[in-house]
Amino acid sequence: MSDTLLFIAFLLLGALTLSAATLVVTTPKIIHSALFLVLTFLGIAGIYVLLAAEFVAGVQVLIYVGAITVLVLFAIMLTHGPATPASNPVNRQWGLALVVSGALFALLLLAIQGTAWPVSSAALPKSTIETVGVQILTTYVVPFELASLLLLAAMIGAIVIAREG
Amino acid sequence: MVEVAWIIPALPLATFLLIVAVARSAPRLAHALAIAGVGAACLASVAVLAEVVGGAHVERIMAWFRIGQTVFTVGWVVDPLSAAMLVIVTTVSLAVHVYSVGYMHGDAGYARYFAFLNLFTVAMLGIVLAPTLLQLFVFWELVGLCSYLLIGHWYRKPEAAAAAKKAFLVTRLGDLGFLVGILMLWTATGTFVLAEIEAKVAQHALAPGFLTLAMLLLFCGAIGKSAQFPLHVWLPDAMEGPTPVSALIHAATMVAAGVYMVARLFPLFEGAPTALLVVAYVGIFTAFFAATMGLVAHDVKRVLAYSTISQLGYMMAGLGVGSLAAGMFHLFTHAYFKALLFLAAGSIIHGAATQDLREMGGLRRVMPITAITFAVGGLALAGVPPFSGFFSKDEILASALHAGQPVLFAVGLATAVMTAFYVSRARLLAFWGAPRWSASAAGSPGGSRDHAGHGGSADGHDAHAAGAPHDAHGHGAPHESPPVMTAVLVALGIPAALGGLLLGPASGNWFAHFLAPLEKPLPFDLGLAASGTAAALLGLGLAWLMYGARVISPEALAARLRPLYVACFRKWWVDELYGFIAARTLLGLARALAWFDLEVVDGVVNAVGAATRALGRGVRRLQSGQLPAYGLAIYAGVVVIAALVMLGPR
Amino acid sequence: MELRLEHVLVLSALLFAIGVYGALSRRNAVAILLAIEVMFNAVNVAFVGFARFVGPEHLAGQVFAIFVITVAAAEAALALAIVMMLYRQRRSVNVEEINLLRW
Repeated sequence: MSDTLLFIAFLLLGALTLSAATLVVTTPKIIHSALFLVLTFLGIAGIYVLLAAEFVAGVQVLIYVGAITVLVLFAIMLTHGPATPASNPVNRQWGLALVVSGALFALLLLAIQGTAWPVSSAALPKSTIETVGVQILTTYVVPFELASLLLLAAMIGAIVIAREG
Repeated sequence: MVEVAWIIPALPLATFLLIVAVARSAPRLAHALAIAGVGAACLASVAVLAEVVGGAHVERIMAWFRIGQTVFTVGWVVDPLSAAMLVIVTTVSLAVHVYSVGYMHGDAGYARYFAFLNLFTVAMLGIVLAPTLLQLFVFWELVGLCSYLLIGHWYRKPEAAAAAKKAFLVTRLGDLGFLVGILMLWTATGTFVLAEIEAKVAQHALAPGFLTLAMLLLFCGAIGKSAQFPLHVWLPDAMEGPTPVSALIHAATMVAAGVYMVARLFPLFEGAPTALLVVAYVGIFTAFFAATMGLVAHDVKRVLAYSTISQLGYMMAGLGVGSLAAGMFHLFTHAYFKALLFLAAGSIIHGAATQDLREMGGLRRVMPITAITFAVGGLALAGVPPFSGFFSKDEILASALHAGQPVLFAVGLATAVMTAFYVSRARLLAFWGAPRWSASAAGSPGGSRDHAGHGGSADGHDAHAAGAPHDAHGHGAPHESPPVMTAVLVALGIPAALGGLLLGPASGNWFAHFLAPLEKPLPFDLGLAASGTAAALLGLGLAWLMYGARVISPEALAARLRPLYVACFRKWWVDELYGFIAARTLLGLARALAWFDLEVVDGVVNAVGAATRALGRGVRRLQSGQLPAYGLAIYAGVVVIAALVMLGPR
Repeated sequence: MELRLEHVLVLSALLFAIGVYGALSRRNAVAILLAIEVMFNAVNVAFVGFARFVGPEHLAGQVFAIFVITVAAAEAALALAIVMMLYRQRRSVNVEEINLLRW
């Protein structure tokens, strides 16, 4: 794949992702938001592929599109009662929120522009999955174990919280 | 005995503690203990006096506590002065104790009364034996406390409570000067021990001006305690206390403390002649001034109170003109005849249920013993020979003349006339003439001032309390007091009548030689004695003309000299003046300070509090509990900080 | 025209800003959680971009992204459990009605 083609693919996927994300935070129906979120996740997974992160893309699809979205859909269905007529209304401060997020973006843009990124011209390893796997189990083995502990704790916590009441 | 002289105050102190511990609700045990304690102290005092007469002189000083390098000492000193004073205090106190058994019979606070009476005696004995100024001051203040407790014995009566407070506060005013004087002497000499200070003064180690100032400040304490002008105002009001307490205060303890203190510090005063002169003039002025008020008082106890102030003035004058012997001799004779007069007055009050002279009259028929003993005391006070007061007063007047102070002599003589007049007046109004009381009037509400505190007694004898319901006994007509009281009167009558003669001229001025062997005895001057006697007789005669024979109408005379009469009757407006000073200046200042404290000091504090509250009220609006609002604030904060970091000055 | 790090970062920043807007402007607790997931993804995009352009030889960014995904999964599970709980207690998932911490 040539660089130009890659760039065009990035632009298309980026546009897809951004519009889907915008819809996630703007559609009036919560269920639509959730579905647009799936689209966003998929777009991002595509971008990961473009950035030579096939494993991350796979994890993204499995966990976000598969697990979290299902979780969110369950939550939406279970919390959709008669007491919540407008399912996803904006609050009173949405204008201010827009200003703040716009300012944040402007600042981030400035930071991106103003930083001399230490771009490396080194070649990508032949297999990124292998490199990532080696990294996780060598350099990052302690965070890896901690992450497994965190997941266990979250699992127990979620069960306990959801059971109560 | 002199080696264990400390036991004299220790005995009544022990009985005081015993009464407090075990006899609070056992009146008989309480008075038995109290009398036993004071009686034992009295015997010990007599023994000590005997040894001192035999030449013993003991001063024991030991370390009490230590602060840094300074050692504070306590101890006791037994010399002629303190030995004589011990006997005076304990005998008068014993008499008062015994008398109180009858007088206070059935009182609700009987045990408390005796306990404090004991403590009062302890405090006075502590002063007498004190060899250091610090110890003197401690017991001095204890005397003040006891006077407060006993004057306010009937504390439910507002006048008594007020009088107790007044006595305490007014004497405190003098005590402030006393304390400053003590500290001045301490800073100058580095010791509280009197003998050492005296030695320093004898070596002229202190600047004369400094010593004079210190002695004047010390004299302030005596002015307060001995009720000298201008701090005499508490004494008449102290009449609100039980009459035996008045007797004790006037004869032996409280007021004598001031005179004794001046006598004890006499070597120091001799080093400061100016201070001594001030003592003399304050004394003689007080003597004259108080006598004028005594001329017109209606209350028998107040007449006696003014006479006490007046006689104390004499004593101060005697000391002031440089005669320790004269002042102390008068203190000695006065202790007995004034105790006698007060206890006799108490007997009148007890028997007639009134202390207003206008409600008495003709009492000599129903209270013969009281009448006779009062007459003895009165003649002694008036200075009629051969009663005791004549000799001591004569000695003071002679000393004044001898010291080259004719003004003091003249004023003293004039005061003697007045003294004879007012005591005679009181006696004639009370015991002679037609009765101005009736059986029904006695015991009526308001008829009794002193006995108001006896209320609540179930005993028939004391049911003449104001407002108390009459029982079968009722009060009936005035009657003679019980034997326990009259016996004391008779016992006190002996020294009152003969004490002056026996210890004065009859024994070659034994008392003066004993107390001040170095003082040159004044030759007996017939002219002087005659003038003193004449003054006394003049007063007696005037009183007889006005109140006995009714040749001169007192009312007409009062009307003729109305301004003078009113001035005397209103106590020369000294109380009003103090009230005015207190109200206009002190209270004004106090109000200003209170305002400052309330509005400015508290205002600052309140403002801080109010500002904090207001800030909190404003800021807590931010705590809306709205999650999106919090999130917005967090992100807005991030944006602002990031903008500052990125866009701000590097 | 080729793909450069800045492009990826701009995409990431845009996604993040959109997520912030969503998290701050919604009333529904679930919608807020969805917006937060968008923010997580924005961060992951940046990480993966860094892995591609800054350290392609050891791919630390990718490892980080995987950890972030792990944490995000845990977070989502817990947060949704809390939302469920909330709904059961309050019969509402409107965060504006949940103001127990109000003054």
